[in-house]
Amino acid sequence: MSGFMSTLIGPRVPEQELREHRARYLTPTLIFMLARVLLLVSIFFPYWHMELEAPQYPNGLFLTAHVNHLSGDVREIDGLNHYIGMRPLGEAAAFERAASVWLIIAMFLLVEGAAFVHSKWALLLAVPVITFPGGFLLDLYIWMRSFGLNLNPEAPLSASVKPFVPTVVGEGGIGQFKTYADLGTGFWLAVACAGLTIVGFYFHRRAYRPLFLQMRRAAAGGAS
Amino acid sequence: MTASTLASRSRHVLALMIAAGSVLACITPDALAQEGRRRRGGDQEAKPVQLSPEQTDQLTKIATDRKLNVDDLLSAAKTYMPSGRHDDYVLFSSGGQSGQVFAIGVPSMRLLRSISVFTPESWQGYGFAGEADRVIDSLKINGKVVAWGDTHHPALSETKGDYDGQFLFIGDKANSRIGVIDLRDWETKQVVKNPLTVSDHGGAFVTPNTEYVIEGGQYATVLGYGYAPIEEYKKSYRGMVTLWKFDRAKGRIDVANSFALELPPYWQDLADAGKNASDGFFFLNSFNAEMATGGIEKGNPPFEAGASKRDMDYLHIVDWRKAEAAFKAGKAKMINGFAVLSMETTAAEGILHLAPEPKSPHGVDVTPNGQFMVVAGKLDPHVTVYSIDRIKAAIASKKYSGTDDYGLPILDFDAVKEAQVELGLGPLHTQFDDKGYAYTSLFLDSAVARWTLGGEYDSLNPEPAWKLVHKTPVQYNIGHLCAAEGDSASPDGKYLISMSKWSVDRFLTTGPLLPQNFQLLDIGSTGTTMPVIYDMPIGVGEPHYCQMIKADKLQSWKVYPEVGWNPHTQSLDPNAPKKGQEGVVRDGSNVIINMTAIRSHFSPEHVEVNEGDHVTWRIVAAETAQDATHGFCIGGYNINLSLEPGEYTEFTFTADKPGTYPFYCTEFCSALHLEMMGYLHIKPKGTK
Repeated sequence: MSGFMSTLIGPRVPEQELREHRARYLTPTLIFMLARVLLLVSIFFPYWHMELEAPQYPNGLFLTAHVNHLSGDVREIDGLNHYIGMRPLGEAAAFERAASVWLIIAMFLLVEGAAFVHSKWALLLAVPVITFPGGFLLDLYIWMRSFGLNLNPEAPLSASVKPFVPTVVGEGGIGQFKTYADLGTGFWLAVACAGLTIVGFYFHRRAYRPLFLQMRRAAAGGAS
Repeated sequence: MTASTLASRSRHVLALMIAAGSVLACITPDALAQEGRRRRGGDQEAKPVQLSPEQTDQLTKIATDRKLNVDDLLSAAKTYMPSGRHDDYVLFSSGGQSGQVFAIGVPSMRLLRSISVFTPESWQGYGFAGEADRVIDSLKINGKVVAWGDTHHPALSETKGDYDGQFLFIGDKANSRIGVIDLRDWETKQVVKNPLTVSDHGGAFVTPNTEYVIEGGQYATVLGYGYAPIEEYKKSYRGMVTLWKFDRAKGRIDVANSFALELPPYWQDLADAGKNASDGFFFLNSFNAEMATGGIEKGNPPFEAGASKRDMDYLHIVDWRKAEAAFKAGKAKMINGFAVLSMETTAAEGILHLAPEPKSPHGVDVTPNGQFMVVAGKLDPHVTVYSIDRIKAAIASKKYSGTDDYGLPILDFDAVKEAQVELGLGPLHTQFDDKGYAYTSLFLDSAVARWTLGGEYDSLNPEPAWKLVHKTPVQYNIGHLCAAEGDSASPDGKYLISMSKWSVDRFLTTGPLLPQNFQLLDIGSTGTTMPVIYDMPIGVGEPHYCQMIKADKLQSWKVYPEVGWNPHTQSLDPNAPKKGQEGVVRDGSNVIINMTAIRSHFSPEHVEVNEGDHVTWRIVAAETAQDATHGFCIGGYNINLSLEPGEYTEFTFTADKPGTYPFYCTEFCSALHLEMMGYLHIKPKGTK
């Protein structure tokens, strides 16, 4: 192994050491593994949802955003949105929805990779996973802002409804509708994944940092 | 990494997967579906009512001011439905001469809606879809549109003798037709005309698994629209009963596999199919065994006297499985294109037996276990009860008291009679409950009689068998009556409707034409407690019979299953325009308009055709929200449609009167409903 590569992926654990301190090296690996599983599972849960309440909809209208698709009363909400000139929901975040599953698989593989990299560069591989929930929220906000502020001025009710920024989380309102938006299980699974990844890095550093320093010392000693 | 660490790692992976799996398994699909949904008020909590002294005073004051007694307050409490609360039962009632069916909630007695069957009705867009309207075509008799019906007896489809809530059949007495209503969307899907006879009475009744819909005739004619003078009544006039084969999968009557029985001209009346013990039979009463031919103007006794002379008429006992076998064996002859088993055949095959029945009765009703047939002799104060065991034994041992003029065997009355119960004057129809009681309407007494059944029913109530228990006066002149699922194999008791023909003083005077009175009786108790608890005026025709089904048996659609749904085929229509396909397609003078309707616009809004064009207009209601119904009308062209969410409709017309026609949505659909319109420009010939 070249010096550059070993600096990059860090030291390998000697058999003897692994046998004696199995828990120390297994802990970060297992935590990363759990984080990855949670992230994959999050695909199947809603990341965000919004409920709309109005007198003539006694059962409410519901919008659910999974990481890769929108579901619920999309058709009806689009129908209502046309009155205020809002674009159809299907046009929002189309690229993100198409790419999301691939992105998650890529992040899954990166964290998988991080478990094998025993240097500080492992952290770099985990940056996407750690920032993913924040990125999701930011993206959601940008889209909602864009949709709310860019209403078709030719719409039937454009005289009475001014452009607005819909509430991403919490209570909002538009016309006779009250809206309640909240983050879903999927989002919290992604947050748990990010959190676990950070925790994993604590144990990762605890396990491999000494080996890394040892390797560097050995390299320095060998050079001198 | 060594093999051992690999193995240990994969064990851990497995353990993790199992752990994650079990966490996920705790999240049920239900919890998932409900995720993030806010809790709603929903049903009112049933808290025990405790009146404070102030509330008691308040209630007493209201009762005093409004002249209500305690019974009135109890009746109100039994029938009042708070806003948003749903009724326990749905009453499907004939709409009489309105040609419709009414659906009424019980116990609140609120009219839920009407369903048009034989009479075009504009709100439902029934019969207002331009030229070549399927509905109007289905109402044609011998080439003439007969745009009304005298709806008489609704029949809910049955499975094993119980209502299954899938279909409703209704007979048109005036024109001997049967309508078929699909209870998924509550729309008439088919109207069949009996080619044998002009009018009927005993339609519709179903066999226990809706194999057949029974239509009994009434006024004898020369079958198949033939002619014979009244002097040839006995020789040429005939009664009939038709068994319409029902194809449940298609939701249609299968005319080709339907057949009729030729009957003597005795004026058959009402039918009821046997069930359980009497499965395989059906029964018909008759009331002109005298074969009176009237002619008051010639000095003859009028029909009312002539047909009432004899003490006995004939109960017709039909073995329909034998009849079906004879029909399938090709033993029927064709009359006016319809298969008929002649009286010779029915006698030879042992299909039809007669039994004497007193006296000009109106109807025969089979008990839930199928054991007994109850005949109420309109001009006899008794109900006469026959037992299927006795009937079967008499048939087997040929215990006949003779044959009639047409060679049909008459069973010995005493051999088949189980009991006679004296009830009062003018007994007509009988229904049943879950406590071994029968309920018979007494037209002349204006009362509902409660009486006890015998046999296995004897133990269900405190009174002895075959005895009158109580009579509750009703207002007035009761015809049919209907207990909750009271003609099925498992009646519920609880409620009974008295279909009172006269209301006289019950409501405010509405000119000389008064509403009928549907009265709700509480039959939940035993013995002599059976009060009237509600009066509902029916100011749209004179209903004859109704059936009451438990509301939760109905599996009605909230909206059509998909946008572009054709209610006639009950499937997605390939011609239904989709969003983006709207527009006008012209082929010479044939023009197709592809239109969508969604709140609050039609697309297209400008439609231009030329005078004389033949226009085919296709509209899809591109809505999916419950109750987001649109209408569509073109003034002056007699067109109005009901476009229910998802519904696809096509209509045609000839643009023969040029001009500028606004078309608009006729159902207040949204805040911008008035703006939901467009212009049809019919350009006069020669316009560029």
